[in-house]
Amino acid sequence: MENEKLIADMMRSGHMACPGCGVVIAMRLVLRALGRKTVAVIIPSCSSIISSTYPNTSLKVPAFHGTFESAAPTAAGISYVLKLQGKDDISVVAFAGDGGTFDIGLQALSGTVDRNEHYIYVCLDNEAYMNTGIQASSATPECAWTITTPLGRPARKKNIMEIMAAHRIPYAATASIGYPQDLMDKVKKAKNIQGTKFLHILTPCATGWRMAENLTVKSAMLSVETRLFPLYEVFDGRKYGITYEPQCFPVDQYLQIQGRYRHLTREQAAHIQGEINEEWEHLKRKVDDCRP
Amino acid sequence: MRELLPGNYAIAEAVRLAKAQLIPAYPITPQTPIYEKLSEMEAQGTLPGIMVRVESEHSAMAMCISASLTGARVFTATSSQGLALMHEMLHYASGNRAPIVMGCVNRVLAVPWSFGSDQTDTLAQRDTGWMQFYCEDNQEAFDTIIQAYKISEAVMLPSMVIIDAFFNSHFIEPMEVPDQDMIDRFLPQAALPERFDLDNPTFVSNVVTAGSQFVPFRKTGFADMEKAKAVIKEVDKEFEEFFGRGYGMVEAVRTEDAQLVLVTSGSMTSTARVVVESLRDKGLKVGLLKIKAFRPFPSEEIKSVLQGVDKVAVVDRNISLGKEGIFCQELKSALYNSKVRPPVYGYIAGLDGLDVSPETLEGIAREVMDKEEPNDLPVWIGGSQDGK
Repeated sequence: MENEKLIADMMRSGHMACPGCGVVIAMRLVLRALGRKTVAVIIPSCSSIISSTYPNTSLKVPAFHGTFESAAPTAAGISYVLKLQGKDDISVVAFAGDGGTFDIGLQALSGTVDRNEHYIYVCLDNEAYMNTGIQASSATPECAWTITTPLGRPARKKNIMEIMAAHRIPYAATASIGYPQDLMDKVKKAKNIQGTKFLHILTPCATGWRMAENLTVKSAMLSVETRLFPLYEVFDGRKYGITYEPQCFPVDQYLQIQGRYRHLTREQAAHIQGEINEEWEHLKRKVDDCRP
Repeated sequence: MRELLPGNYAIAEAVRLAKAQLIPAYPITPQTPIYEKLSEMEAQGTLPGIMVRVESEHSAMAMCISASLTGARVFTATSSQGLALMHEMLHYASGNRAPIVMGCVNRVLAVPWSFGSDQTDTLAQRDTGWMQFYCEDNQEAFDTIIQAYKISEAVMLPSMVIIDAFFNSHFIEPMEVPDQDMIDRFLPQAALPERFDLDNPTFVSNVVTAGSQFVPFRKTGFADMEKAKAVIKEVDKEFEEFFGRGYGMVEAVRTEDAQLVLVTSGSMTSTARVVVESLRDKGLKVGLLKIKAFRPFPSEEIKSVLQGVDKVAVVDRNISLGKEGIFCQELKSALYNSKVRPPVYGYIAGLDGLDVSPETLEGIAREVMDKEEPNDLPVWIGGSQDGK
């Protein structure tokens, strides 16, 4: 019985994701962990297409397609009213892409986190505006190619987790489709915490990252093992914990399987490795700081 | 109970008595006192709903929409730049058939920045699929909020209840505030559809892939906006039976034998009433047509009132650059297919809250009576070209 619950999928097959899509794996895992008593908010992004077009839907939970910059207040509005109706046991989850989170929806997200409204925000980060066809966002990594950054993006990727931590959000965590148990554990943790919860999931995009469709999970695992995308969680913006100890592979292993980094010079690759080393040390210091 | 209230507080009282359950709010002059008054009520424990202090008008409307679709009665208020920021979400509200009621206090849109009344902010939202009601005074603003919930929840389209900056929003007037029992009997607790049902999960406002799917949605909205005309009249009639006050989609004053009819909306209508009486005393056959409902537009009522009238003068506190006053445009288009079409004279008066005095309106009436033919372009009243 418990096993059946674990594998009960809240998404149907026949959705409209590209082959090798990382976003759809993340959505499945999140909804599987949340279960049937869930209302989902979708905004314009890959997830809105994955959720399928009228009159079909790939979602087995009730969902609302909101506007691009409004995932956060849209989810909060549903959550307030469910509470008024005495339906406190229903989780509200907002799915937004990196553009909808890091860029156009950041103000609205900040507002709901500031008010600590009760819902789970899931950022499905494929590191560019992939639904409109690979344009750079502020989640696109430094040096990565997109159609609007043909020479590589000049700016560093925005650190959304630090922005969330600065709000003293009750719970924020990174998660990876390469480590599904860790991801689902974090969703279940988030489900039982009062207030706003933020999950940052790196969702490799075979189409936009210019790589083979069978490398989605491998690239996700390498992002973690190279410490480029460490798996950690933050409670109340203060208590940091690493949830998976990475094997510290050199970042080249991650970069070289993706066409979007094909143009990298040796100096640029070394610069990326340097940034990873520095960020990792910074993260470890924060973890150490909260040990008794 | 008899009370002295500014228009903003009248709206706040109506929202309290209508038992709005969720009120996402954001400050902007001149509607801010609505937000402040509701906050005060919440602090005193007299507000039945919850206030949410959102970070923008865009988020306020986003939250109104999702809360309404979850099944709650909601309210927000705004003006000017805030309404313009909401524009995307206004289409979203009507498209999703969310029966939201919003208080709008007309204020000029920058540039230049200013604070006085100008209906261009709400009229620029003409095609968003919201019903629009322009109120003459604070009592009407109160009554229209109560009516608007009943109308919106019957036709499942949102409503703007609109007043003029300062003349209504901040000026204190004596008015009647009914007790909760009366309001409850007229406007029972909302029984709105709960669109997010675990037992029947659907994807609300999904992407359609072809015009053949899109068009029926708009056609249904259009048909329901047409049906709203009858609902507005029924609700107004019922309101009058309950409370002794009714307004109609339009109001005609001494138009039966009129040679000239002045057409107004909003607060300047009260001034026009005085002017019509005074001109009648002087032997001039002048009448008044007040337009309250702008969407849906009361074409039939306007045609019927203006039949047999020699001349019509529309006074607009708004301007559409490249054309003319917006009520004037709409009135002309409503008359175009009539067999009898009086000439229509357009005037722009009162922008940025410039006073539209009895002298101004009398001047307009006398000028139109003397004129042979109307101009295509409006006549501007007040304001100097050299900026002094």
